[in-house]
Amino acid sequence: MDLAPLALSLQVAVLATLVAAIAGVGLATLLATARFPGRDLVDVLATAPMVLPPTVLGYYLLVALGRHAALGRAFEAVFGTPIVFTRVGAVVAASVGALPLVVKSSRAALEGVDATLVQAARTLGAAPARAFVTVQLPLAARGIVASLMLAFARSLGDFGITLMVAGDIPGETQTASLALYDAIQEHREAAALEMALTLTAVAIAILYGVGKLTARSARGA
Amino acid sequence: MAPDGDRPSLHVRARVVASHAFALDVAFDAPPGVTVLFGPSGSGKSTTLAAIAGLTRPAAGRIALGDEAWFDADARIDVAVHRRGVAYVFQSLALFPHMTAAENVAYGVSRALTPEARGERVRALLGRLRVAHLSTRRPATLSGGEAQRVALARALATEPRVVLLDEPLNALDRSLRRELAGELREALGQLGVPVVFVTHQSEEARALGERLVVLEAGRVTHVGTVRDVDDAP
Repeated sequence: MDLAPLALSLQVAVLATLVAAIAGVGLATLLATARFPGRDLVDVLATAPMVLPPTVLGYYLLVALGRHAALGRAFEAVFGTPIVFTRVGAVVAASVGALPLVVKSSRAALEGVDATLVQAARTLGAAPARAFVTVQLPLAARGIVASLMLAFARSLGDFGITLMVAGDIPGETQTASLALYDAIQEHREAAALEMALTLTAVAIAILYGVGKLTARSARGA
Repeated sequence: MAPDGDRPSLHVRARVVASHAFALDVAFDAPPGVTVLFGPSGSGKSTTLAAIAGLTRPAAGRIALGDEAWFDADARIDVAVHRRGVAYVFQSLALFPHMTAAENVAYGVSRALTPEARGERVRALLGRLRVAHLSTRRPATLSGGEAQRVALARALATEPRVVLLDEPLNALDRSLRRELAGELREALGQLGVPVVFVTHQSEEARALGERLVVLEAGRVTHVGTVRDVDDAP
């Protein structure tokens, strides 16, 4: 089996999970703890990648981050590489696909913490930030970690958005899902089966881990 | 303004609109010592405590400790919860489940102290409440009475200027409740600050209190001493 696409997928998934963790947990914190105008709109926008067709998302990213777009040009000027049709594009694509999972699950985990505990921290002299960091965040940690595991699994298997934004360049942006598609197109059934089974095993292992984590979290362990 | 030496009283005048169906409109003073806030479930006792602590924002009124306003709707004053110096023992006790008993108590100890002084204060408080041997235990492993003692130690750790207790003995059986009520009275009496103790049990009111404020459907209907409790609704 050609391991390069799988290695690239793992590399992209790790980086995408990192990006989705920072942006997603930040957004979840904002939505769970603050009341501000436009909060519902932020919630809808953060969730939209879950329901929009991957091609539509990919199109928006191409338009926003392409070599002729302001953001794309700025990135290229600073880092010397374009976003689209590179590994950076693959990371961006996977991050956007994973973001709603992190936002939704992390927000639920943060909001699931007994509000009285946060109030108790406040009456014990903790400013809102300290109450959040020392009480709400640690008690939501298992739920947040579970959401990151789901994000990793989602990033590992992304197809549509990655194809639109990063293309299918062997050795450069061809991830495991894309390699599987190509193997089918080229009637390499054995290679397709190997790739499919490997991706399935990783996904099931992650789901099992998430299940264990959330069960322990529900028991309050 | 300050009947007990220079210790200030708590002055509460607050209107809180909790829902379409319930509005609280209370006015009472709590001098240093225990004031029992007595009334049936749903009379607004917990909402009153939440307003004093700053966890609920009244629609109107003024809440002050002596001359220091914590909330004043007209003057647009609303001091943040963590700056009021209020110790709050919740009905559920609200011990942090991810911390040991000692860590729970240490949470409220001033961070201006050295780590040694903080540790000493935590040990002293746990010892005073007779739970020093439980310092490394998590709340989930404590009995109701033990958890109640740790919650009280945690509340006292802040060196509070006002103490609020929301039916903290509710979950305990009758004999333990009687035993702890006595200890609580002693611990709270030594503080010399206003203590507002919420209960709907007349036995508890008599065991703990001096002054009595009776609340009914969001209004103060009687102010007197705990001896009046049997006449209350």
